Amino acid sequence: MKITYREAMGQALREALVADARVFLMGEDVGRYGGSYAVSKDFLAEFGPERIRDAPLSELGFVGAGVGAALNGMRPIVEIMTINFSLLALDPIVNVAATLRHMSGGQFNVPLVIRMATGAGRQLGAQHSHSLECWYAHIPGIRVLAPATVADARGMLAPALADPDPVIIFEHAQLYNMEDDIGADRASWTCDISSAAVRHTGSRLSLITYGGSLPKVMQAAESLAADGIDAEVIDLRVLRPLDTETIIASVRKTHRAMVIDEGWKSGSLSAEIAARIMEYAFYDLDAPVARVCSAEVPMPYAKHLEDAALPQAPVIAVAAKQLLGEK
Amino acid sequence: MSIPYDKSFSVSLLSDMVRIRHMEEKAAELYGQLKIRGFLHLYIGEEAVATGALRALSPEDNIVTTYRDHGHALVRGIPMNAIMAELYGKQEGCSHGRGGSMHLFDEKTRFFGGYAIVGEGIPLAVGLALADKMRARPRVSACFFGEGAIAEGAFHESMNLAALWKLPVLFLCENNFYAMGTALERSQSQTDLCAKAASYNMPAVRVDGMDVIAVHESVRQAAKQIRDGNGPRFIEFQTYRFRAHSMYDPELYRMRSEVDEWKQRDPIQTFSVRLKAEEMLTDEEFALIIAQADREVQQAIDYAEAGTWEPVADLLKHVYTTEAKP
Repeated sequence: MKITYREAMGQALREALVADARVFLMGEDVGRYGGSYAVSKDFLAEFGPERIRDAPLSELGFVGAGVGAALNGMRPIVEIMTINFSLLALDPIVNVAATLRHMSGGQFNVPLVIRMATGAGRQLGAQHSHSLECWYAHIPGIRVLAPATVADARGMLAPALADPDPVIIFEHAQLYNMEDDIGADRASWTCDISSAAVRHTGSRLSLITYGGSLPKVMQAAESLAADGIDAEVIDLRVLRPLDTETIIASVRKTHRAMVIDEGWKSGSLSAEIAARIMEYAFYDLDAPVARVCSAEVPMPYAKHLEDAALPQAPVIAVAAKQLLGEK
Repeated sequence: MSIPYDKSFSVSLLSDMVRIRHMEEKAAELYGQLKIRGFLHLYIGEEAVATGALRALSPEDNIVTTYRDHGHALVRGIPMNAIMAELYGKQEGCSHGRGGSMHLFDEKTRFFGGYAIVGEGIPLAVGLALADKMRARPRVSACFFGEGAIAEGAFHESMNLAALWKLPVLFLCENNFYAMGTALERSQSQTDLCAKAASYNMPAVRVDGMDVIAVHESVRQAAKQIRDGNGPRFIEFQTYRFRAHSMYDPELYRMRSEVDEWKQRDPIQTFSVRLKAEEMLTDEEFALIIAQADREVQQAIDYAEAGTWEPVADLLKHVYTTEAKP
């Protein structure tokens, strides 16, 4: 039976709340409203207002409180409406959650999960559309996840909650309605939160991506296949710590790599991956690493401009052919 | 008002204030000798607040404080040895040399740390309290911060959350009248800090922070109210730091005469006079307390000097619980 990414996330949340009394969900409109992306719809009736905790518009306050609750024996899941709003909570995330274990000499760890929507594509303009995942991936002390499939949406929360350190889960807003049949067997979606996944095996070039760009890259890979080009698609899944081994193994096989990242190019994850390929596989490369990223502009509102600003499947396919020296 | 406690307890309050003062005076000297580096924020002058407050709380309670944290750490029960070793950056320090002066931590005494971003510890304390409330544990989360933090959004968001959710948080504002070099009236449109708490429907009191008994009584009463399930409380302690903000501060922003005036209200001096007047303390006993404190300080310095440096090979430890690769 097919379920959506939204339902998969909801199932994972429900399972976590049922399994562990220390788990609670806290954030803006998670309760009575049902979650701004409807992930926790009907949870309030099922689990009550203590565990499905509507917070006032105080990102700094309730994320900081999530850190404190995690320190004091709970397993909070804090939902931030969008990544742009998370900037109001950078202090508790970057200065506290990420540093506490180290700063205390290993005495205090922060088993906190923070979920937030990210990404563009819905004409929400320059304050609700950005992909700032790489800012968080820059920070030692936190783990950064980007589920890009329904199975990962279902499977990543449990290991994130089991992690003794802070974990941030980025849910691309364009993925919530994506459907897939992940089966009833738990093994089909049980996953680790340390490795990248090869979503399509190929030999001619490696397309490396994550999150909301994965469906576009898969589409590009299909069109390339129709033209006889066999592309390997790597879904990073974990943005920190990066699974460098999987990336390098693929590049050693294909000798060509392209990174597709909805973030901007400058100082980005795509830059980090290109650098790692240079460091570890420079002599395996037949061409410079290519990148398809968002245009360096705050996200415009007008549809045609937003489309032009984002990586799109046809553009990815064309860039792949250029990398191969084909037209 | 006569001292409402027995001699032994009263004298122990004096002794704790003396221990803080003498530890910090020595720390300032060691800073001059380059033994201690980084920032060093001294609590000298404010000892009655940490002493009176922490001695009114239970070992089960949670403590959160700021970068001016040596006094709180000591009175809470972190051994002076471990504090001094931390100031030295030795691995025997209470944060294993990873924290330094501003980031003292101790799991055993539920000392959840000194935080060096103004106001940052306040939401954390709200979260500690939220966990206790959800698990029905009768703990108080006591959060110290300076009056400078009241200008931060973190303070207001936290006051609202704690009051809205009736959380067992004790907000302890150490008003020393200067946010580094900015005087209260130069940074706040409303200088009545209790009025701010009242706007969140939170009971608030103003207390003389130079009077260890007044501090102790106010915290004892507030902690009881909180433990009885009556929600958070706010206390403003009016106090004064006799030393500069940190070791880098030339003190251009306040008059020498103002400092001298406050020094007339020295919490150690005034309390010792009171104790003597009530025949709870003799000159000899006071001298003994000072000698004991000095001995403890010397032992702590010896301990820190003999301490060891963590091997550089361990540099990446404590970033993740499971030592993941970056």
